[in-house]
Amino acid sequence: MDILKRNKPFIGLLLLCVAIAFVSPDFRTTGNFLIILRQTSINFIIALGMTLVILTGGIDLSVGSILAFSSAVSAWLLASGYHAGLAICAALLIGAACGLINGIFISYGKLQPFIMTLVSMTIFRGLTLVFTDGRPINAGENLTFEFVGNGYIFGIPFPIILMIFLFALAYYLLNWTRFGRYIYAIGGNEDASRLAGINVEINKTAVYIACGILSAIAGIILTSRLAGAQPTAGTGYELDAIAAAVVGGTSLAGGIGNIQGTFAGALIIGVLSNALNLLKVSSYYQTIVKGLVILIAVLIDQPFGRKIVMTLLQKIKGRKL
Amino acid sequence: MENVLLEMKGISKSFPGVKALKSGNLTVYKGRVMALLGENGAGKSTLMNILSGVFEADGGEIFYQGKKVSFKNTHQSAGCGIAMIHQELNLIPRLSAAENLFLGREFTNRFGKLDKKKIYQKSQELLKKVRLDIPPDTIVKDLSVGARQMIEIAKSFTIDANLIIMDEPTASLVDRDVERLFDLIAELKKDGKSIIYISHRLDEIFKIADDVTVMRDGEFVSMRPIVQTNEEQLIEDIVGRKVGKRYPFVKGVRGKKIFEFKNLVGKNIKNSSGAFYEGQTVGFSGLVGSGRTELARAIFGAYNLSGGEFFVDAKSVKIKTPKQALKCGIVYLSEDRKGDGLVLSISVLGNTTLSSLKSLESKLLKINKKKEKSIVKSLIEKLYIKTPSGAQIVKNLSGGNQQKVALARALMVKPKLLILDEPTRGIDVGAKKEIYDLINELKSAGMAILMISSDMNEILGLSDRVMVFREGEITANLEREEASSERIMSYAIGGVSSLRA
Ligand SMILES: Nc1ncnc2c1ncn2[C@@H]1O[C@H](COP(=O)(O)OP(=O)(O)OP(=O)(O)O)[C@@H](O)[C@H]1O
Ligand SMILES: [Mg+2]
Repeated sequence: MDILKRNKPFIGLLLLCVAIAFVSPDFRTTGNFLIILRQTSINFIIALGMTLVILTGGIDLSVGSILAFSSAVSAWLLASGYHAGLAICAALLIGAACGLINGIFISYGKLQPFIMTLVSMTIFRGLTLVFTDGRPINAGENLTFEFVGNGYIFGIPFPIILMIFLFALAYYLLNWTRFGRYIYAIGGNEDASRLAGINVEINKTAVYIACGILSAIAGIILTSRLAGAQPTAGTGYELDAIAAAVVGGTSLAGGIGNIQGTFAGALIIGVLSNALNLLKVSSYYQTIVKGLVILIAVLIDQPFGRKIVMTLLQKIKGRKL
Repeated sequence: MENVLLEMKGISKSFPGVKALKSGNLTVYKGRVMALLGENGAGKSTLMNILSGVFEADGGEIFYQGKKVSFKNTHQSAGCGIAMIHQELNLIPRLSAAENLFLGREFTNRFGKLDKKKIYQKSQELLKKVRLDIPPDTIVKDLSVGARQMIEIAKSFTIDANLIIMDEPTASLVDRDVERLFDLIAELKKDGKSIIYISHRLDEIFKIADDVTVMRDGEFVSMRPIVQTNEEQLIEDIVGRKVGKRYPFVKGVRGKKIFEFKNLVGKNIKNSSGAFYEGQTVGFSGLVGSGRTELARAIFGAYNLSGGEFFVDAKSVKIKTPKQALKCGIVYLSEDRKGDGLVLSISVLGNTTLSSLKSLESKLLKINKKKEKSIVKSLIEKLYIKTPSGAQIVKNLSGGNQQKVALARALMVKPKLLILDEPTRGIDVGAKKEIYDLINELKSAGMAILMISSDMNEILGLSDRVMVFREGEITANLEREEASSERIMSYAIGGVSSLRA
């Protein structure tokens, strides 16, 4: 029972996959499996940062705008003939700087994370629009840069490898380092953390910086796949990232949750869109279905929803006996 | 019996990994105070939570007013006239006293608009009833823990109760407030109400209880009318063995001066100076709001000062944050474990090592979990923390055991100056003695200890020196030989400066 409880998101994912595999033969192929993973990589990489932020009791609505801004700058640098390495570094720097701004205002300015990142979401988007003049940027041909989004290593798409690497890194940070402990402590009780000698402000700022960098990495993958940048790229990505974290069992109140859950959450969302596409469900309905799935996942975590599930389980058991 | 109000029989309850109650029995008589005693983790709060519908029992029966009942939630139990004052403060810090008092029970007019005037007036009455002298619109965050407790008590009067459960109501009250509470209880009794009174302070039990029930390890041990028992017998029932001297004083050997504060000024701190020496316990005594906690927190860098100086080993140091204080070898145990003492959502292990993670780091910033586990295990054993394992979430521990986890975190730091703000709050008689022994042991090993306590016996029983506070000022600095409860009180209340001679 305990194992079941701890891996709820994975069980949900498994059930979902089995159900879809029954109705759609296209779904069951290795190729499709890799496609899902690659499609999920962008959302999951952002969701990693989002999970860290949510664990500290915050939220970051500006991830989509950070993605677009860093994407635009890297595409412009490539188009201007600079080296791919420089474009990547610049994008990462922009992600870090945006995160730093969020973090400073939230930690030291004591602004509500929701408000601050709502503001920075519009400002970063505005900066992107100004920078691109509202037009897409064509990155031109650059083999090194294209590898990030389209390359393969041993037959596995590079974004998937990158995703797994970042997953492992975040897992290590959260579970094996002081920083990880501090994240959980701050999210659980900020005042107590401060009295325990934690520099709450610096650690929170660091988490927003990490979230900014991860958004920028997602931006680089996207730029590479599209060989260019869209000024409106990443719109609405914050919701997918929050959804992945929440479906994965992370509490919006902070202090409770983990990265593995977020991985399952991101995959649930990825598998669902993939399946709905394969089943040729119109994209209008897709959003509704996605919303319902999130609703169910979150409900199960509430006393109210749990009660319903429990009574249902009891009824099923009762019938069997 | 005619005058039985409540009877609980063979109540059992398990949580994952813990059998909290095996067989809880409790009988409460009309118009009488039933004291409920037992060690930390004996199952007292759990039994009460089952009665009031917070938890569902696994087994057993409850008869209330002659009828078999089983409350599904606190609304139902409140509807039947059962009010519970919980062990942990449950007020919402950002709301005012009045808003907290009527939370969920607000008065509204015909159109559903809040009747703020009525809420204000009623709050004023209730606050007067518990003799808490504050305007009803005071924000709870700005109140002392003691004042919050009084509001919590006033809150129980918003429902018309026949049975009032008080789970350690005096854990954070000073003597004067305790007296007020006892007056209140006497009044309630006169009105024919019954009270279940949980406390670890035995002297109180003999003052106000009519009957006393003891439980141990989730089981009923004994029930007696208070007149037929004595302290010794109760302690034996509670702990299951004899406990030696309550306050085992060991005289400290004063070593070198390790910490000094000079001319500290801040809100409720008036130009205070003093020093702490190795091998000494200094007691901070005074009324609630006298500035004891503020000064202690200022020393720890957790309270804003407008002026003053600190010296560690005679060297001037800056202490503006708890982090800096910890670097100087100072650690502070908060009086408010739920508020800022513990992170309830993480494990016993996580809380215990939170301030000392740096010392556990190995290559690649990796925490040495093996070492961590073994240190935590030894602390759990040393402090007798009742928990299935270090991995248990602190929220699931009993109140007293949570307190011990907070203490474990402070000890793990191995500080030079250990500041304990009400260290035995909510701790049972047996464990108190163990903590006193521990304080003496640390002192003998050369640690400087600063202990704030509202329990005069504790101050007198453990301190080598007593600093008395009044309205933000240190009014006396008494050596152990000079200190007596009367003298301390006179300096704490003031106006008797002639005593200084
Ligand atoms: N929600 C919970 N989950 C798991 N274990 C719990 C939970 N609540 C209580 N327990 C366990 O049940 C036992 C009894 O706890 P309870 O709070 O009733 O003790 P208590 O007698 O009130 O102690 P104290 O004097 O310290 O307040 C303890 O071992 C505690 O760890
Ligand atoms: Mg209790």
